Amino acid sequence: MIPELGHFALIVALVLSVLGAIVPQVGIARGDTRMMALAGQIAYGQFLMAATAFGALTYAYVVSDFSVVNVAANSHTAKPLLYKISGVWGNHEGSLMLWVLVLSLFAACVAFRGKSLPLRFRSRVLAVQSTLLVGFLLFMVFTSNPFMRLDPAPLEGNGLNPLLQDPGLAFHPPMLYIGYVGLSVAFSFAVAALIEGEVTPLWARWVRPWTLAAWVFLTGGIALGSWWAYYELGWGGWWFWDPVENASFMPWLAATALLHSSIVVEKRDALKSWTILLAIVAFSFSLLGTFLVRSGVLTSVHAFAVDPERGIFILAFLALTIGGSLALYAWRAPRLAPSGMFGLASRESALILNNILLATFAAVVLVGTLYPLMLEAMNGTQITVGPPFFEYAATVLMSPLIVALGFGPLLAWKRGRISKTVQVLLPAVIIALVIFWSVIWHDAAGLLMTGFGMALGIWLIISVFLEINSRIKFIRQPGQFFKRAKRQPRATWGMSLAHMGLGIIILGITVSEAWTDETLRLMKTGESTEVGGFTFTLEAVEPVAGPNYTAVRAKFLVEKNGHFIARLLPEDRVYSDPPMNTTEAGIYPLVRGDLYAVIGEHAGGDAWSVRLYFKPLISGLWLGSAFMVLGGLISLTDRRQRIGAPAGKRRSTPKPAKQEA
Amino acid sequence: MEGYRRFIPLLIVFAIFAVFFKMMGGDRNPKEIKSVLIDKPAPAFSLPALAEGGAAITEADLKTGKPILVNFFASWCVPCRAEHDNLMKLADELNIPIIGIAYKDDPKRSLAFLDELGTPFTKTAQDRDGRVGIDWGVTGVPETFLIDGDGIIRYRHWGPIVGDSMEKRLLPQLRDLE
Repeated sequence: MIPELGHFALIVALVLSVLGAIVPQVGIARGDTRMMALAGQIAYGQFLMAATAFGALTYAYVVSDFSVVNVAANSHTAKPLLYKISGVWGNHEGSLMLWVLVLSLFAACVAFRGKSLPLRFRSRVLAVQSTLLVGFLLFMVFTSNPFMRLDPAPLEGNGLNPLLQDPGLAFHPPMLYIGYVGLSVAFSFAVAALIEGEVTPLWARWVRPWTLAAWVFLTGGIALGSWWAYYELGWGGWWFWDPVENASFMPWLAATALLHSSIVVEKRDALKSWTILLAIVAFSFSLLGTFLVRSGVLTSVHAFAVDPERGIFILAFLALTIGGSLALYAWRAPRLAPSGMFGLASRESALILNNILLATFAAVVLVGTLYPLMLEAMNGTQITVGPPFFEYAATVLMSPLIVALGFGPLLAWKRGRISKTVQVLLPAVIIALVIFWSVIWHDAAGLLMTGFGMALGIWLIISVFLEINSRIKFIRQPGQFFKRAKRQPRATWGMSLAHMGLGIIILGITVSEAWTDETLRLMKTGESTEVGGFTFTLEAVEPVAGPNYTAVRAKFLVEKNGHFIARLLPEDRVYSDPPMNTTEAGIYPLVRGDLYAVIGEHAGGDAWSVRLYFKPLISGLWLGSAFMVLGGLISLTDRRQRIGAPAGKRRSTPKPAKQEA
Repeated sequence: MEGYRRFIPLLIVFAIFAVFFKMMGGDRNPKEIKSVLIDKPAPAFSLPALAEGGAAITEADLKTGKPILVNFFASWCVPCRAEHDNLMKLADELNIPIIGIAYKDDPKRSLAFLDELGTPFTKTAQDRDGRVGIDWGVTGVPETFLIDGDGIIRYRHWGPIVGDSMEKRLLPQLRDLE
């Protein structure tokens, strides 16, 4: 009964989304404010229905209702409750359900929060958002119904891929989805602005908090996924340039560029057409990601089961959405003439440089991801593009970005003075150079890039401190610190924190890549070995049993100079449904770096193959990501972002002003 | 963005979608990697027979003057079970000689597997540590190689021979050789 209710709610949501796509547009065409205002009510209705359907599916998972095909195929009674719930979105149909839920949630938020937007514009945005929803709901109802029944119902389900049964991964997909789908708001704002044929600084101010929220979730989602790969896959890596990882990285790059370019639109009324394009591209990258994992055109660890019919449907939907919005862009963009002028050394120029580099990087990642596919389409040759390509591109493109990032926030709008900025940043330059030379001193040939990377990270971190100091004059008047610090807008603090996070990440990557100590060997119980200056002793290997797996667990004692440091407990698990092996690395984070142990195959007697690492400063990756997320959140609480639009009543565009109800 | 430049994003997207459309059609499997061994002599090997006391099986057994199939299988592999009926058909109805290689499998279990389902193989070898599988570029089981009378690999069938893949892919290759 409950699944039927969910199915019904899904169909009602589809009907509502069709209404929501048409009614407001007709209302605007006729100048009928009541029809326009309906957009908000419809948005609430859509969300209510989507939430009902999602709730029904979750219920079916929680009570293990195997008469629902989707539950039988992906769940199991022996799974812990958390993984029963996360199983809802761990498959094709359920993940679409989550997409629809989040998409309708954002529409409802726009309806709720956007009271200060001009009615006409808000209705346009909601109509675009509803149109997106129509596409996804059609897809679900006709090709991927999660509520399909199975008769007779099996006694037991197939279970969820054991790799996915992990707390990190339970929250990784929803966070990423909120990020992906959050970009739909920026997209809808951009398309609505194109239809209206006008982009104002106010538009940039409206769209910015949505982009920022989406960016926060994307950042968190990517970091969580990378953390999961680091401790669950058991080879000490955290990013593999897999097509689907790239598919999450491209929207992130585009969203980061969009965040920065929308500042220029807001402050200087320039870069308008570019910003609109970025908003469209950022969401298009999100859609591309969902397409890649479902169509079976690329192979990836993340891919869902392949079904050609579904692939064609998504491709058609993508062609309509992306192609349609870009065609609209080609048609309307000439109207968006810039009005602001600025000099070469200015905040605007720095932000443009940021955009050029980020956009180029996103384009390079796109080419690297799709190149094997294009080559195969053309002449049947099969190749793969490996990490060296992406790493090279990242180094070449991100280095100038980091150098410029130190200067950017210190440059004045319109016309800044490089010489003055250099003066402020002189200490950072000196410290970075000292770091560089002292690393090179050790090993000129081998550590050149390491020295360079460390110098970049340090440069960024110190320049952020100097920039903060130049604003609150801590060194000159420490007594005034709190007073001045409190007066700084939160958005500025958010920016500093996020930039510093990037510096910490760069430092973490560089140091861990250069000085990781790794040992792969056979060890007998009682034996010891040295890794990274630590003594690892294999104390015991014993069997353990979990709710739906059995495992062997190794006990490693880690000591330094005879002092106890930590005990690591890596496991090698064998799940029963479906049968599969997973490794759980034993990790102990120290300030200096992570101790990391993996237990492998039994080599006979009391010998086991083990893999031991010391990974210096690797925590910088997660710490830096946390800084970025925190920075984004702090910036979101800025008064300007919260209130957003009241200025709109004063400076609103002429047409909508007339129709304000 | 004046003039033609505003159409650039649209054109790029169309080009990408054209590629997607092309690559989604047919029975292309993105996990399938083409074998570099096509039209090359089968790699040399010498493996013990699966049955105890049987003579070792080597690449010489492939050069019979007639097309022959080499099938990598394992008792732990579910798709192998799925393709087994088709292998039996190839052996019994079409009289194609097939050499079976039990890949990374306990010989007792491989024998039990063949006892249960019947053996389509003229000769069966065991590759317990998978070394020969590596030489042949096997990425997983089942995989089937078509070898001509001179011991040259002509075709590799990736994954199980199920559905219409026998009719559409394997048999045409076999007929070409005959």
